[in-house]
Amino acid sequence: MSAVLFFIAAIGVLTGAIGVVMLRNPFYSVLALVVHLIALAALFLLLRAEFVAAAQVVVYAGAVMVLYVFVVAYIGGADQPLHRPAGALKVLGPIFGLALAVELCIAMLGSALKGIGGKGAPYVFGFGTPRQIGQLFLTTYLLPFELASLLLMVAAVGAVVLARRRRGLEGTEEFEDQLVAAPRPAYTGTMAEVAGIRQGAGTTTEPDRQTEPIGAATGSKDRSSKGGW
Amino acid sequence: MAIGWYLAVSALIFCIGAVGVMIRPNPLVILLCLELMLNAGNLALVAFSRMWGAADGQIFALFVLVVAACEVTVGLGLIVAIYRRQMPVNVDDLSELHG
Repeated sequence: MSAVLFFIAAIGVLTGAIGVVMLRNPFYSVLALVVHLIALAALFLLLRAEFVAAAQVVVYAGAVMVLYVFVVAYIGGADQPLHRPAGALKVLGPIFGLALAVELCIAMLGSALKGIGGKGAPYVFGFGTPRQIGQLFLTTYLLPFELASLLLMVAAVGAVVLARRRRGLEGTEEFEDQLVAAPRPAYTGTMAEVAGIRQGAGTTTEPDRQTEPIGAATGSKDRSSKGGW
Repeated sequence: MAIGWYLAVSALIFCIGAVGVMIRPNPLVILLCLELMLNAGNLALVAFSRMWGAADGQIFALFVLVVAACEVTVGLGLIVAIYRRQMPVNVDDLSELHG
């Protein structure tokens, strides 16, 4: 039974991995990686790593893949060329991969580890459960655990800094002009216009300017007071 | 199943990921292939953890998960920044630092 499950999961894992590399559309590559991750979680379950399997499905297939899908949708999932147009890597890459596979197989077959041929240590109740993982995290591996949380926070802040909007770099200026220049009914305005800091649509004296877009009067002024976001 | 089978699957996934990193020009797919390689390492760690009957390998696998999540966050931020600057999203064309 476990052998059948292993081969089904292993075929799923390898199919997903090959799909990630060979599919042209990045969106389909992401979906192939989701298949790969779910099959990999099944392999983890066969190895009695329940908590790692659950974390794999929740964190990877659930959260990280959604991030990928968002970025692929933002950039545009057009079909990409499968190979680089020219260059030595196009030929050398698969050769290197084959050499790596052969080398890893030699290393595994020639290994002196006797446990590789066996089914592993005898199963004790509670192995790989959240209880045991949590105990190890909060006793033996407390410092790496805290450092990992720090690393996550640094990465989150770094991603925000990297991907935020900077002024004068992208073509959103005319869209903001449209926002500012949208016609407004008379006697509606912002608090800055009420206080007299900024001239708005309701404070103009000529009656024919009341329906005019206020961007003509205030567009240049509030551009300079805008933040970096 | 013997532990060696799991290690063989892990080695194959690692090689597929390495080939993908080298032949694909799109940085998004390169990140996906990096994920493949990290997952191969995870599978080997969990298999060795089962072999010794100690859960420390699973702890390492969870740390690899955390590091992979950080790598994805920063990598996707970089790709979005590249796209916003209207530069080509292609590692062959992004060669301004080439000596």
